[in-house]
Amino acid sequence: MVDVGLETHRAPPSALSAKSTRTRALSRGAAAASGPALAVTYLSLLVLLPLAAILSQAFTGGPAAFWREATSPESLAALELTVVCSLIVAVFNALAGLLIAWVMVRDEFAGKRVVNAVIDLPFALPTVVAGLTLLSLYGPSSPFGVNVAGTRVAIVLALAFVTLPFSVRTVQPVIAELDRETEEAAASLGASPAAVAKRIVLPSIAPAMLAGAGLAFARAVGEFGSVVLISGSLPYKTQVASAWIYSLYGDDFLPYAAAVSTVLVVLALALLLGMGWLRRRFDVGGIQ
Amino acid sequence: MSRRWRLPARFAALGYLALLIVVPVGSVFFRAFQHGFGAAWDAVTTPEATHAFWLTIFVVAIAVPLDTIFGVGVALLLARHRFRGAWILDAFIDIPLALSPVVVGLGLVLVYGKSGWFGNWLAARGIAIIFSVPGIVMASATVALPYVARSVLPVLLEIGTEQEQAARTLGAGPVAIFLRITLPSIRRSLAYGVTLTTARVLGEFGAVAIVSGAIVDKTQTMTLFIDDSFNNLDPVGAYAGAVILALLSLGVLLILGGDRHQRRERRWQSPSAESPSDMEVLLPATT
Repeated sequence: MVDVGLETHRAPPSALSAKSTRTRALSRGAAAASGPALAVTYLSLLVLLPLAAILSQAFTGGPAAFWREATSPESLAALELTVVCSLIVAVFNALAGLLIAWVMVRDEFAGKRVVNAVIDLPFALPTVVAGLTLLSLYGPSSPFGVNVAGTRVAIVLALAFVTLPFSVRTVQPVIAELDRETEEAAASLGASPAAVAKRIVLPSIAPAMLAGAGLAFARAVGEFGSVVLISGSLPYKTQVASAWIYSLYGDDFLPYAAAVSTVLVVLALALLLGMGWLRRRFDVGGIQ
Repeated sequence: MSRRWRLPARFAALGYLALLIVVPVGSVFFRAFQHGFGAAWDAVTTPEATHAFWLTIFVVAIAVPLDTIFGVGVALLLARHRFRGAWILDAFIDIPLALSPVVVGLGLVLVYGKSGWFGNWLAARGIAIIFSVPGIVMASATVALPYVARSVLPVLLEIGTEQEQAARTLGAGPVAIFLRITLPSIRRSLAYGVTLTTARVLGEFGAVAIVSGAIVDKTQTMTLFIDDSFNNLDPVGAYAGAVILALLSLGVLLILGGDRHQRRERRWQSPSAESPSDMEVLLPATT
Protein backbone atom coordinates (compact mmCIF):
# COMPACT_ATOMS: atom_id res chain seq x y z
CA MET A 1 0.00 0.00 0.00
CA VAL A 2 2.62 2.41 1.06
CA ASP A 3 4.76 1.44 -1.86
CA VAL A 4 2.00 2.00 -4.39
CA GLY A 5 1.13 5.30 -2.80
CA LEU A 6 4.68 6.40 -3.11
CA GLU A 7 4.84 5.25 -6.70
CA THR A 8 1.70 7.05 -7.77
CA HIS A 9 2.76 10.05 -5.82
CA ARG A 10 6.16 10.13 -7.38
CA ALA A 11 5.04 9.68 -10.92
CA PRO A 12 3.84 13.17 -11.84
CA PRO A 13 6.85 15.03 -10.38
CA SER A 14 9.28 12.63 -12.04
CA ALA A 15 7.58 13.18 -15.35
CA LEU A 16 7.77 16.91 -14.76
CA SER A 17 11.38 16.81 -13.77
CA ALA A 18 12.22 14.63 -16.76
CA LYS A 19 10.72 17.26 -18.98
CA SER A 20 12.43 20.14 -17.20
CA THR A 21 15.77 18.32 -17.29
CA ARG A 22 15.32 17.89 -20.98
CA THR A 23 14.65 21.58 -21.60
CA ARG A 24 17.47 22.50 -19.26
CA ALA A 25 19.76 20.07 -21.03
CA LEU A 26 18.69 21.63 -24.30
CA SER A 27 19.35 25.17 -23.14
CA ARG A 28 22.61 24.07 -21.54
CA GLY A 29 23.52 22.32 -24.78
CA ALA A 30 22.85 25.51 -26.69
CA ALA A 31 24.90 27.50 -24.23
CA ALA A 32 27.70 24.96 -24.35
CA ALA A 33 27.72 25.16 -28.12
CA SER A 34 27.41 28.94 -28.47
CA GLY A 35 29.76 29.77 -25.59
CA PRO A 36 32.89 28.29 -27.16
CA ALA A 37 31.86 29.67 -30.55
CA LEU A 38 31.53 33.19 -29.11
CA ALA A 39 34.79 32.93 -27.19
CA VAL A 40 36.75 31.58 -30.15
CA THR A 41 35.22 34.29 -32.36
CA TYR A 42 36.33 37.04 -29.96
CA LEU A 43 39.79 35.49 -29.71
CA SER A 44 39.94 35.16 -33.50
CA LEU A 45 38.97 38.76 -34.14
CA LEU A 46 41.54 40.11 -31.69
CA VAL A 47 44.39 37.59 -31.70
CA LEU A 48 44.23 34.72 -34.20
CA LEU A 49 43.33 36.66 -37.37
CA PRO A 50 45.89 39.41 -36.68
CA LEU A 51 48.60 36.78 -36.10
CA ALA A 52 47.64 35.01 -39.32
CA ALA A 53 47.67 38.34 -41.16
CA ILE A 54 51.19 39.04 -39.91
CA LEU A 55 52.43 35.65 -41.12
CA SER A 56 50.71 36.04 -44.48
CA GLN A 57 52.02 39.60 -44.92
CA ALA A 58 55.55 38.50 -43.98
CA PHE A 59 55.57 35.91 -46.74
CA THR A 60 53.92 38.00 -49.48
CA GLY A 61 57.24 38.18 -51.33
CA GLY A 62 58.03 34.51 -50.78
CA PRO A 63 60.30 32.85 -48.22
CA ALA A 64 63.45 34.39 -49.73
CA ALA A 65 62.15 37.93 -49.26
CA PHE A 66 61.02 37.06 -45.74
CA TRP A 67 64.46 35.75 -44.86
CA ARG A 68 66.20 38.75 -46.44
CA GLU A 69 64.08 41.17 -44.40
CA ALA A 70 64.14 39.23 -41.14
CA THR A 71 67.95 38.97 -41.32
CA SER A 72 68.78 42.37 -42.79
CA PRO A 73 71.63 44.13 -40.93
CA GLU A 74 69.21 46.51 -39.22
CA SER A 75 66.79 43.73 -38.22
CA LEU A 76 69.62 41.58 -36.90
CA ALA A 77 71.08 44.51 -34.97
CA ALA A 78 67.69 45.32 -33.42
CA LEU A 79 66.89 41.69 -32.59
CA GLU A 80 70.33 41.07 -31.16
CA LEU A 81 70.19 44.21 -29.04
CA THR A 82 66.73 43.25 -27.77
CA VAL A 83 67.68 39.70 -26.88
CA VAL A 84 71.02 40.63 -25.28
CA CYS A 85 69.56 43.48 -23.17
CA SER A 86 66.61 41.27 -22.16
CA LEU A 87 68.99 38.47 -21.13
CA ILE A 88 71.13 40.84 -19.07
CA VAL A 89 68.02 42.22 -17.35
CA ALA A 90 66.50 38.76 -16.79
CA VAL A 91 69.68 37.49 -15.13
CA PHE A 92 70.38 40.64 -13.13
CA ASN A 93 66.78 40.96 -11.93
CA ALA A 94 66.68 37.26 -11.06
CA LEU A 95 69.48 37.95 -8.57
CA ALA A 96 68.06 41.30 -7.39
CA GLY A 97 64.60 39.75 -7.21
CA LEU A 98 65.93 36.88 -5.09
CA LEU A 99 67.58 39.35 -2.72
CA ILE A 100 64.45 41.52 -2.44
CA ALA A 101 62.14 38.52 -2.01
CA TRP A 102 64.46 37.08 0.64
CA VAL A 103 64.49 40.36 2.58
CA MET A 104 60.70 40.65 2.27
CA VAL A 105 60.14 37.14 3.67
CA ARG A 106 62.90 36.68 6.25
CA ASP A 107 63.58 40.22 7.44
CA GLU A 108 61.38 42.43 9.60
CA PHE A 109 61.53 46.20 9.39
CA ALA A 110 59.26 49.21 9.64
CA GLY A 111 57.37 50.13 6.49
CA LYS A 112 57.50 46.64 5.01
CA ARG A 113 53.94 46.91 3.72
CA VAL A 114 54.81 50.09 1.82
CA VAL A 115 57.83 48.37 0.27
CA ASN A 116 55.58 45.48 -0.70
CA ALA A 117 53.31 47.89 -2.56
CA VAL A 118 56.28 49.63 -4.20
CA ILE A 119 57.38 46.33 -5.77
CA ASP A 120 54.07 46.17 -7.67
CA LEU A 121 54.30 49.77 -8.86
CA PRO A 122 55.81 48.91 -12.28
CA PHE A 123 52.80 46.64 -12.92
CA ALA A 124 50.42 49.53 -12.42
CA LEU A 125 52.41 52.31 -14.01
CA PRO A 126 51.82 52.88 -17.74
CA THR A 127 54.98 52.11 -19.70
CA VAL A 128 55.25 55.61 -21.14
CA VAL A 129 55.09 57.00 -17.63
CA ALA A 130 57.78 54.52 -16.62
CA GLY A 131 60.01 55.73 -19.44
CA LEU A 132 59.40 59.35 -18.57
CA THR A 133 60.01 58.59 -14.94
CA LEU A 134 63.46 57.16 -15.60
CA LEU A 135 64.25 59.90 -18.09
CA SER A 136 63.50 62.60 -15.55
CA LEU A 137 66.01 61.12 -13.15
CA TYR A 138 68.67 59.55 -15.36
CA GLY A 139 68.21 61.73 -18.47
CA PRO A 140 69.75 65.01 -19.74
CA SER A 141 68.44 67.04 -16.81
CA SER A 142 69.34 64.48 -14.17
CA PRO A 143 69.71 65.97 -10.71
CA PHE A 144 72.57 63.49 -10.09
CA GLY A 145 74.37 64.40 -13.30
CA VAL A 146 73.85 60.82 -14.54
CA ASN A 147 72.75 60.99 -18.16
CA VAL A 148 72.21 57.64 -19.83
CA ALA A 149 69.58 58.79 -22.35
CA GLY A 150 70.28 57.46 -25.83
CA THR A 151 72.60 54.72 -24.60
CA ARG A 152 72.19 50.98 -24.18
CA VAL A 153 72.40 51.42 -20.43
CA ALA A 154 69.09 53.27 -20.69
CA ILE A 155 67.47 50.26 -22.34
CA VAL A 156 68.68 47.95 -19.58
CA LEU A 157 67.47 50.43 -16.96
CA ALA A 158 63.99 50.69 -18.48
CA LEU A 159 63.70 46.91 -18.88
CA ALA A 160 64.89 46.40 -15.29
CA PHE A 161 62.15 48.76 -14.11
CA VAL A 162 59.25 47.09 -15.93
CA THR A 163 60.32 43.49 -15.20
CA LEU A 164 61.29 43.73 -11.53
CA PRO A 165 57.87 42.63 -10.15
CA PHE A 166 58.03 39.39 -12.16
CA SER A 167 61.43 38.55 -10.71
CA VAL A 168 60.40 39.25 -7.12
CA ARG A 169 56.88 37.82 -7.13
CA THR A 170 57.74 34.42 -8.62
CA VAL A 171 60.40 33.70 -5.99
CA GLN A 172 58.72 35.27 -2.96
CA PRO A 173 56.01 32.61 -2.37
CA VAL A 174 58.57 29.82 -2.76
CA ILE A 175 60.88 31.37 -0.17
CA ALA A 176 57.90 31.85 2.14
CA GLU A 177 57.14 28.13 1.88
CA LEU A 178 60.72 26.98 2.45
CA ASP A 179 60.97 24.69 5.41
CA ARG A 180 63.21 26.55 7.84
CA GLU A 181 63.52 23.49 10.04
CA THR A 182 65.43 21.69 7.31
CA GLU A 183 67.85 24.60 7.10
CA GLU A 184 68.24 24.64 10.88
CA ALA A 185 68.70 20.87 11.00
CA ALA A 186 71.41 21.04 8.35
CA ALA A 187 73.12 23.87 10.20
CA SER A 188 72.95 22.02 13.51
CA LEU A 189 74.50 18.97 11.82
CA GLY A 190 77.47 21.15 10.95
CA ALA A 191 76.66 22.39 7.44
CA SER A 192 78.16 25.79 6.67
CA PRO A 193 75.80 28.59 5.57
CA ALA A 194 77.19 28.22 2.04
CA ALA A 195 76.45 24.50 2.08
CA VAL A 196 72.92 25.11 3.36
CA ALA A 197 72.34 27.65 0.63
CA LYS A 198 73.74 25.38 -2.07
CA ARG A 199 72.29 22.03 -1.01
CA ILE A 200 68.95 23.00 0.54
CA VAL A 201 67.80 26.48 -0.42
CA LEU A 202 68.96 26.74 -4.03
CA PRO A 203 67.41 23.49 -5.33
CA SER A 204 64.01 24.63 -4.01
CA ILE A 205 64.07 28.13 -5.41
CA ALA A 206 65.96 27.56 -8.67
CA PRO A 207 62.84 26.64 -10.73
CA ALA A 208 61.01 29.70 -9.43
CA MET A 209 63.99 31.91 -10.27
CA LEU A 210 64.05 30.41 -13.75
CA ALA A 211 60.30 31.02 -14.15
CA GLY A 212 60.72 34.62 -13.01
CA ALA A 213 63.63 35.13 -15.38
CA GLY A 214 61.58 33.63 -18.21
CA LEU A 215 58.67 35.97 -17.55
CA ALA A 216 60.98 38.96 -17.28
CA PHE A 217 62.71 37.95 -20.51
CA ALA A 218 59.40 37.53 -22.37
CA ARG A 219 58.20 40.90 -21.16
CA ALA A 220 61.52 42.59 -21.96
CA VAL A 221 61.71 41.24 -25.52
CA GLY A 222 58.37 42.82 -26.37
CA GLU A 223 58.80 46.03 -24.37
CA PHE A 224 58.23 49.25 -26.25
CA GLY A 225 56.69 52.14 -24.31
CA SER A 226 59.24 52.47 -21.53
CA VAL A 227 62.24 51.97 -23.82
CA VAL A 228 61.33 54.21 -26.72
CA LEU A 229 61.57 57.57 -24.93
CA ILE A 230 64.76 57.00 -22.99
CA SER A 231 66.72 55.03 -25.62
CA GLY A 232 66.26 57.50 -28.46
CA SER A 233 65.85 54.52 -30.86
CA LEU A 234 69.02 55.13 -32.86
CA PRO A 235 69.32 52.48 -35.60
CA TYR A 236 72.11 49.94 -34.97
CA LYS A 237 72.76 51.52 -31.58
CA THR A 238 69.73 51.74 -29.32
CA GLN A 239 66.84 50.59 -31.50
CA VAL A 240 65.08 47.57 -30.00
CA ALA A 241 63.02 45.18 -32.14
CA SER A 242 59.65 46.78 -31.25
CA ALA A 243 60.96 50.24 -32.13
CA TRP A 244 62.38 48.92 -35.42
CA ILE A 245 58.99 47.40 -36.32
CA TYR A 246 57.32 50.66 -35.35
CA SER A 247 59.62 52.67 -37.58
CA LEU A 248 59.15 50.26 -40.51
CA TYR A 249 55.39 50.56 -40.04
CA GLY A 250 55.70 54.36 -39.97
CA ASP A 251 57.53 54.24 -43.31
CA ASP A 252 54.83 51.95 -44.72
CA PHE A 253 57.09 48.92 -45.23
CA LEU A 254 54.36 46.52 -44.15
CA PRO A 255 55.84 43.18 -45.35
CA TYR A 256 59.20 44.16 -43.83
CA ALA A 257 57.55 45.09 -40.49
CA ALA A 258 55.58 41.83 -40.60
CA ALA A 259 58.76 39.81 -41.24
CA VAL A 260 60.48 41.19 -38.14
CA SER A 261 57.21 40.76 -36.20
CA THR A 262 57.12 37.11 -37.22
CA VAL A 263 60.47 36.58 -35.50
CA LEU A 264 59.00 38.07 -32.31
CA VAL A 265 55.84 35.96 -32.63
CA VAL A 266 57.91 32.78 -32.93
CA LEU A 267 60.02 33.84 -29.96
CA ALA A 268 56.90 34.57 -27.88
CA LEU A 269 55.34 31.20 -28.74
CA ALA A 270 58.58 29.40 -27.83
CA LEU A 271 58.77 31.26 -24.52
CA LEU A 272 55.13 30.47 -23.69
CA LEU A 273 55.74 26.79 -24.42
CA GLY A 274 58.87 26.80 -22.28
CA MET A 275 57.11 28.57 -19.42
CA GLY A 276 54.18 26.15 -19.64
CA TRP A 277 56.58 23.22 -19.38
CA LEU A 278 58.37 24.78 -16.43
CA ARG A 279 55.07 25.34 -14.66
CA ARG A 280 53.85 21.79 -15.18
CA ARG A 281 57.21 20.24 -14.34
CA PHE A 282 57.97 22.18 -11.15
CA ASP A 283 54.61 23.75 -10.32
CA VAL A 284 56.18 27.16 -9.77
CA GLY A 285 53.79 30.01 -9.27
CA GLY A 286 51.44 28.48 -11.76
CA ILE A 287 47.81 27.56 -11.99
CA GLN A 288 46.82 23.98 -11.44
CA MET B 1 69.93 34.53 6.75
CA SER B 2 72.82 34.84 9.12
CA ARG B 3 72.70 37.87 11.34
CA ARG B 4 75.83 39.37 9.84
CA TRP B 5 74.23 39.65 6.40
CA ARG B 6 70.80 40.81 7.50
CA LEU B 7 71.47 44.55 7.43
CA PRO B 8 73.59 44.67 4.26
CA ALA B 9 70.97 42.56 2.46
CA ARG B 10 68.18 44.83 3.65
CA PHE B 11 69.99 47.95 2.50
CA ALA B 12 70.94 46.46 -0.86
CA ALA B 13 67.34 45.37 -1.52
CA LEU B 14 65.76 48.63 -0.40
CA GLY B 15 68.46 50.66 -2.16
CA TYR B 16 67.80 48.94 -5.48
CA LEU B 17 64.05 49.50 -5.11
CA ALA B 18 64.61 53.15 -4.19
CA LEU B 19 66.93 53.93 -7.10
CA LEU B 20 64.93 51.98 -9.66
CA ILE B 21 61.37 52.79 -8.61
CA VAL B 22 60.75 55.19 -5.73
CA VAL B 23 63.07 58.06 -6.59
CA PRO B 24 62.24 58.10 -10.34
CA VAL B 25 58.48 58.01 -9.69
CA GLY B 26 58.85 60.76 -7.11
CA SER B 27 60.84 62.84 -9.54
CA VAL B 28 58.02 62.75 -12.10
CA PHE B 29 55.74 64.35 -9.53
CA PHE B 30 58.47 66.87 -8.76
CA ARG B 31 58.95 67.76 -12.46
CA ALA B 32 55.22 68.11 -13.04
CA PHE B 33 54.84 70.67 -10.26
CA GLN B 34 58.31 72.21 -10.62
CA HIS B 35 56.89 75.37 -12.20
CA GLY B 36 54.00 75.52 -9.82
CA PHE B 37 50.67 73.78 -9.60
CA GLY B 38 49.14 76.36 -11.95
CA ALA B 39 51.47 75.53 -14.84
CA ALA B 40 50.78 71.83 -14.46
CA TRP B 41 47.04 72.44 -14.28
CA ASP B 42 47.13 74.63 -17.39
CA ALA B 43 49.10 71.97 -19.27
CA VAL B 44 46.52 69.26 -18.62
CA THR B 45 43.40 71.37 -19.15
CA THR B 46 44.14 72.29 -22.74
CA PRO B 47 41.51 71.03 -25.18
CA GLU B 48 43.94 68.37 -26.48
CA ALA B 49 44.73 67.08 -23.00
CA THR B 50 41.08 67.03 -21.93
CA HIS B 51 40.11 65.21 -25.10
CA ALA B 52 42.88 62.66 -24.58
CA PHE B 53 41.75 62.13 -21.00
CA TRP B 54 38.11 61.49 -21.89
CA LEU B 55 39.04 59.29 -24.83
CA THR B 56 41.14 57.16 -22.47
CA ILE B 57 38.22 56.88 -20.03
CA PHE B 58 35.89 55.99 -22.91
CA VAL B 59 38.24 53.24 -24.14
CA VAL B 60 38.47 51.82 -20.60
CA ALA B 61 34.66 51.89 -20.31
CA ILE B 62 34.30 49.72 -23.44
CA ALA B 63 37.39 47.51 -23.49
CA VAL B 64 37.40 46.50 -19.81
CA PRO B 65 33.78 45.19 -19.73
CA LEU B 66 34.36 43.32 -23.03
CA ASP B 67 37.50 41.65 -21.68
CA THR B 68 35.77 40.92 -18.37
CA ILE B 69 32.84 39.15 -20.01
CA PHE B 70 35.20 37.26 -22.31
CA GLY B 71 37.53 36.39 -19.43
CA VAL B 72 34.81 35.06 -17.13
CA GLY B 73 33.19 33.21 -20.03
CA VAL B 74 36.42 31.58 -21.10
CA ALA B 75 37.33 30.67 -17.53
CA LEU B 76 33.89 29.06 -17.04
CA LEU B 77 34.19 27.19 -20.34
CA LEU B 78 37.68 25.91 -19.63
CA ALA B 79 36.87 24.96 -16.04
CA ARG B 80 33.40 23.44 -16.52
CA HIS B 81 33.08 22.12 -20.04
CA ARG B 82 34.86 19.84 -22.42
CA PHE B 83 34.58 20.95 -25.99
CA ARG B 84 36.47 20.88 -29.25
CA GLY B 85 38.76 23.87 -29.64
CA ALA B 86 39.37 24.25 -25.90
CA TRP B 87 43.10 23.93 -26.45
CA ILE B 88 43.02 26.85 -28.92
CA LEU B 89 41.45 29.11 -26.31
CA ASP B 90 43.80 27.88 -23.63
CA ALA B 91 46.98 28.21 -25.67
CA PHE B 92 46.35 31.45 -27.52
CA ILE B 93 44.76 33.48 -24.76
CA ASP B 94 48.22 34.04 -23.21
CA ILE B 95 49.87 35.33 -26.35
CA PRO B 96 49.27 39.04 -25.66
CA LEU B 97 51.30 38.61 -22.45
CA ALA B 98 54.43 37.56 -24.31
CA LEU B 99 54.05 39.58 -27.50
CA SER B 100 55.22 43.11 -28.23
CA PRO B 101 52.23 45.49 -28.30
CA VAL B 102 53.63 46.90 -31.53
CA VAL B 103 53.16 43.49 -33.15
CA VAL B 104 49.61 43.30 -31.75
CA GLY B 105 48.84 46.67 -33.30
CA LEU B 106 50.42 45.71 -36.62
CA GLY B 107 48.32 42.54 -36.76
CA LEU B 108 45.12 44.54 -36.25
CA VAL B 109 46.14 46.98 -39.02
CA LEU B 110 46.80 44.08 -41.39
CA VAL B 111 43.30 42.71 -40.78
CA TYR B 112 41.15 45.83 -40.37
CA GLY B 113 43.26 48.54 -42.05
CA LYS B 114 42.65 50.09 -45.46
CA SER B 115 44.80 47.53 -47.27
CA GLY B 116 44.02 44.79 -44.72
CA TRP B 117 42.02 41.60 -45.19
CA PHE B 118 38.69 43.19 -44.26
CA GLY B 119 39.68 46.67 -45.51
CA ASN B 120 37.49 46.74 -48.62
CA TRP B 121 34.54 45.11 -46.91
CA LEU B 122 34.64 47.64 -44.06
CA ALA B 123 35.26 50.61 -46.34
CA ALA B 124 32.27 49.65 -48.52
CA ARG B 125 30.11 49.86 -45.41
CA GLY B 126 31.68 53.08 -44.23
CA ILE B 127 33.10 51.50 -41.07
CA ALA B 128 36.41 52.97 -39.90
CA ILE B 129 38.35 50.89 -37.39
CA ILE B 130 42.02 51.70 -37.89
CA PHE B 131 42.92 55.38 -37.27
CA SER B 132 39.67 55.59 -35.39
CA VAL B 133 38.29 54.92 -31.92
CA PRO B 134 37.12 51.31 -32.56
CA GLY B 135 40.71 50.39 -33.44
CA ILE B 136 41.96 51.85 -30.16
CA VAL B 137 39.34 49.89 -28.24
CA MET B 138 40.28 46.67 -30.07
CA ALA B 139 44.01 47.17 -29.52
CA SER B 140 43.48 47.88 -25.82
CA ALA B 141 41.13 44.91 -25.43
CA THR B 142 43.71 42.64 -27.11
CA VAL B 143 46.71 43.52 -24.97
CA ALA B 144 44.66 43.13 -21.77
CA LEU B 145 42.84 39.99 -22.94
CA PRO B 146 44.35 37.33 -20.63
CA TYR B 147 44.16 38.98 -17.22
CA VAL B 148 40.56 38.26 -16.16
CA ALA B 149 40.53 34.69 -17.42
CA ARG B 150 43.87 33.95 -15.77
CA SER B 151 42.77 35.39 -12.42
CA VAL B 152 39.41 33.61 -12.34
CA LEU B 153 40.31 30.22 -13.81
CA PRO B 154 42.40 28.85 -10.89
CA VAL B 155 39.70 29.81 -8.38
CA LEU B 156 36.99 28.15 -10.48
CA LEU B 157 39.05 24.97 -10.67
CA GLU B 158 39.67 25.03 -6.94
CA ILE B 159 36.10 25.57 -5.76
CA GLY B 160 34.89 22.66 -7.88
CA THR B 161 31.29 22.06 -8.91
CA GLU B 162 29.72 20.58 -5.76
CA GLN B 163 27.86 23.71 -4.72
CA GLU B 164 26.76 24.42 -8.28
CA GLN B 165 25.47 20.86 -8.64
CA ALA B 166 23.64 21.09 -5.33
CA ALA B 167 21.99 24.31 -6.46
CA ARG B 168 21.02 22.68 -9.75
CA THR B 169 19.41 19.69 -8.09
CA LEU B 170 17.46 22.13 -5.91
CA GLY B 171 16.07 23.64 -9.10
CA ALA B 172 18.20 26.74 -9.63
CA GLY B 173 18.61 27.86 -13.22
CA PRO B 174 22.02 28.59 -14.79
CA VAL B 175 21.67 32.34 -14.29
CA ALA B 176 20.74 31.97 -10.63
CA ILE B 177 23.58 29.50 -10.10
CA PHE B 178 26.07 31.90 -11.64
CA LEU B 179 24.84 34.94 -9.72
CA ARG B 180 24.26 33.27 -6.35
CA ILE B 181 26.94 30.56 -6.22
CA THR B 182 29.74 31.09 -8.74
CA LEU B 183 30.06 34.88 -8.75
CA PRO B 184 30.38 35.28 -4.97
CA SER B 185 33.18 32.70 -4.88
CA ILE B 186 35.19 34.27 -7.68
CA ARG B 187 34.44 37.85 -6.61
CA ARG B 188 37.89 38.71 -5.35
CA SER B 189 39.89 37.11 -8.11
CA LEU B 190 37.56 38.77 -10.59
CA ALA B 191 38.16 42.16 -8.99
CA TYR B 192 41.88 41.58 -9.21
CA GLY B 193 41.68 40.55 -12.87
CA VAL B 194 39.60 43.63 -13.66
CA THR B 195 42.19 45.78 -11.86
CA LEU B 196 45.03 44.42 -13.96
CA THR B 197 42.93 44.78 -17.12
CA THR B 198 42.06 48.39 -16.32
CA ALA B 199 45.65 49.34 -15.48
CA ARG B 200 46.84 47.77 -18.71
CA VAL B 201 44.17 49.48 -20.85
CA LEU B 202 44.80 52.86 -19.19
CA GLY B 203 48.50 52.64 -19.90
CA GLU B 204 48.60 50.93 -23.29
CA PHE B 205 50.92 52.73 -25.67
CA GLY B 206 52.57 50.61 -28.38
CA ALA B 207 49.48 48.93 -29.80
CA VAL B 208 47.42 52.10 -29.59
CA ALA B 209 50.19 54.17 -31.19
CA ILE B 210 50.09 51.84 -34.22
CA VAL B 211 46.32 51.65 -34.75
CA SER B 212 45.32 55.18 -33.79
CA GLY B 213 47.48 57.35 -36.01
CA ALA B 214 47.55 59.67 -32.95
CA ILE B 215 45.36 62.33 -34.51
CA VAL B 216 45.20 65.22 -32.03
CA ASP B 217 41.67 65.83 -30.72
CA LYS B 218 40.48 62.67 -32.46
CA THR B 219 42.41 59.51 -31.64
CA GLN B 220 44.97 60.70 -29.13
CA THR B 221 44.79 58.85 -25.84
CA MET B 222 46.50 59.92 -22.63
CA THR B 223 49.67 57.89 -23.28
CA LEU B 224 49.93 59.28 -26.81
CA PHE B 225 49.38 62.79 -25.44
CA ILE B 226 52.27 62.30 -23.01
CA ASP B 227 54.55 61.04 -25.76
CA ASP B 228 53.48 63.83 -28.10
CA SER B 229 53.97 66.56 -25.47
CA PHE B 230 57.40 65.22 -24.66
CA ASN B 231 58.48 65.13 -28.30
CA ASN B 232 57.13 68.64 -28.85
CA LEU B 233 59.31 69.97 -26.03
CA ASP B 234 56.45 70.47 -23.63
CA PRO B 235 57.89 68.62 -20.63
CA VAL B 236 55.41 70.14 -18.17
CA GLY B 237 52.51 68.77 -20.23
CA ALA B 238 54.20 65.39 -20.47
CA TYR B 239 55.03 65.15 -16.78
CA ALA B 240 51.65 66.49 -15.65
CA GLY B 241 49.89 64.05 -17.99
CA ALA B 242 52.06 61.26 -16.58
CA VAL B 243 51.05 62.22 -13.04
CA ILE B 244 47.35 62.08 -13.96
CA LEU B 245 47.72 58.71 -15.64
CA ALA B 246 49.80 57.35 -12.77
CA LEU B 247 47.21 58.54 -10.21
CA LEU B 248 44.41 56.96 -12.25
CA SER B 249 46.22 53.61 -12.39
CA LEU B 250 47.14 53.71 -8.72
CA GLY B 251 43.58 54.69 -7.83
CA VAL B 252 42.21 51.69 -9.70
CA LEU B 253 44.76 49.50 -7.96
CA LEU B 254 43.82 50.84 -4.53
CA ILE B 255 40.04 50.68 -5.04
CA LEU B 256 39.77 47.29 -6.70
CA GLY B 257 43.07 45.64 -5.83
CA GLY B 258 42.93 46.84 -2.24
CA ASP B 259 39.91 44.65 -1.81
CA ARG B 260 41.99 41.50 -1.55
CA HIS B 261 44.00 42.92 1.34
CA GLN B 262 41.05 44.40 3.24
CA ARG B 263 38.92 41.29 3.19
CA ARG B 264 41.67 38.90 4.15
CA GLU B 265 40.32 38.56 7.67
CA ARG B 266 37.11 37.14 6.25
CA ARG B 267 38.95 34.43 4.42
CA TRP B 268 37.34 31.67 6.50
CA GLN B 269 34.04 32.27 4.75
CA SER B 270 35.35 31.00 1.47
CA PRO B 271 38.89 29.80 1.88
CA SER B 272 39.21 28.70 -1.69
CA ALA B 273 38.20 32.05 -3.14
CA GLU B 274 41.61 33.47 -2.36
CA SER B 275 42.92 35.85 -4.99
CA PRO B 276 45.67 34.33 -7.06
CA SER B 277 49.07 35.91 -6.74
CA ASP B 278 50.28 38.23 -9.47
CA MET B 279 52.36 35.45 -10.85
CA GLU B 280 49.48 33.04 -11.11
CA VAL B 281 47.79 35.55 -13.33
CA LEU B 282 50.85 36.32 -15.38
CA LEU B 283 52.35 32.88 -15.74
CA PRO B 284 51.18 31.22 -18.89
CA ALA B 285 49.30 28.08 -18.08
CA THR B 286 47.80 25.18 -19.89
CA THR B 287 45.16 23.34 -17.99
